Amino acid sequence: MWLAKIYITLKPVVNDPQGLAIRGGLHTLGFQGVQSVRAGKYIEIRLEAEDRRAAGTAVQQMCTKLLANPVIEDFRFELES
Amino acid sequence: MIRFGVIVFPGTNCDADTFHAIDAVMKQPVEYIWHQEASLDRFDCLILPGGFSYGDHLRAGAIARFSPVMQAVERFAEAGGLVLGICNGFQILTEAGLLPGALLRNDALQFRCKWVDLRVENAATPFTSLCHSGQVLRMPIAHGDGRYFADPDTLRRIEENGQVLLRYCAPDGRLTEESNPNGSLNAIAGICNDRRNVFGLMPHPERCVEPALGGADGLYVLKSILDNFADPAKVPVRHHAGGAPAGRDESSLPEGGDGAILPPRSSNGALGSGGSGR
Repeated sequence: MWLAKIYITLKPVVNDPQGLAIRGGLHTLGFQGVQSVRAGKYIEIRLEAEDRRAAGTAVQQMCTKLLANPVIEDFRFELES
Repeated sequence: MIRFGVIVFPGTNCDADTFHAIDAVMKQPVEYIWHQEASLDRFDCLILPGGFSYGDHLRAGAIARFSPVMQAVERFAEAGGLVLGICNGFQILTEAGLLPGALLRNDALQFRCKWVDLRVENAATPFTSLCHSGQVLRMPIAHGDGRYFADPDTLRRIEENGQVLLRYCAPDGRLTEESNPNGSLNAIAGICNDRRNVFGLMPHPERCVEPALGGADGLYVLKSILDNFADPAKVPVRHHAGGAPAGRDESSLPEGGDGAILPPRSSNGALGSGGSGR
C-alpha cells in the first residue's frame, strides 16, 4: 500500500484571489511581514501498486487526467510506502 | 423542427428552465438526456445547462467531464453538431477540452447573482446570427466560478480568430472595470471553438426568454440556433448515420429569420429591482 501526498497549486501566472484574501486576514491579525499567500489543494490517496515506480506512474496519470487542470494548475507529489 | 437535447448530470439544476425555454417558448422538440446515455445521434443541438454537477467538487465541471455522455458529446461536436454550454455547462466544456481556457473563482470571491450587460463581439456564428456586432444584450448571471482565464498565447489566438462572442460591458457597450463581475480576462463572458459549433457562456440565456422573467434577450442566442438551421447554407455538416439534419423544413420555424421574431430590447429601467439584484 502506497500513500501519495499530492500538492496542487495555481500556476504563477494565475491570479489567486483566495491567497490575496488570506494575506489580508493575516495582515489584520498583525503579521505585517507576510508578503504573499498562494492557496492550493492537498490530496492524499492510498493505492495498491506493484512498486514505487508503478505507483508513481499511476498518480502522475491521475493528476494529469483529473486532479489538476493543466491550463491553470501545477502539481507535485510524494510517495510513502 | 430542431431536436434539442438537455443533458442532466447529478447536481444540474437549470435543466427544467432550459427545457421550458426550448419547449414552451421556442416550440421545438426537446428531451432530457441523463448523463449515463451514450447515443446522441437523434439530436440537432445539445445543451449543457447550469448547476453544480457533482457538487463542483475538485473543480467545477471536472468530474462531469468523465460522465459517459461526455464522450458522446465529444463525438457529436467532432461531427459538427451544435453544442451550447451554459454556466456549469461552459465549465464542463472547458474541462473536457472542447473549449479553450478555464473558469476560476470570481476575483471578489463572492457568488455573483445579478443582471449584466453583454456586448456581442462576433455575430457571424450559429449562436449569435440574430444579433449584430456591438449589440448589447442583458442577461442574468449566477456563479461563483466564472473568471475566464487562458494563457497569453491562447487568449491572443481566440481574440484574433473571432472566438470571443460575448463580453461583459456597461449598458452603453463600453468595457469598464465595474462591468466585469468576476475578473474575467478581457471581460470574456462567452467563447466558441475554432469551428464555431461549440459555444460556452457564463450568463443564462434560458433565464431571460419571456418578459415575465425580466427580459427576453436570451432568445437572441437560442433563436440564432433555429435561424442557423432555417438557412440550409448555414446548416453545419453532420457526418452521423442519421442522414441530413432536421430543420430544413422551413415551414416549422418561427416566421422570418430576423430580429422581428424577438421582443424589443428591454430597457434597463424596465427590469426594476432585478437589475441591481445580487
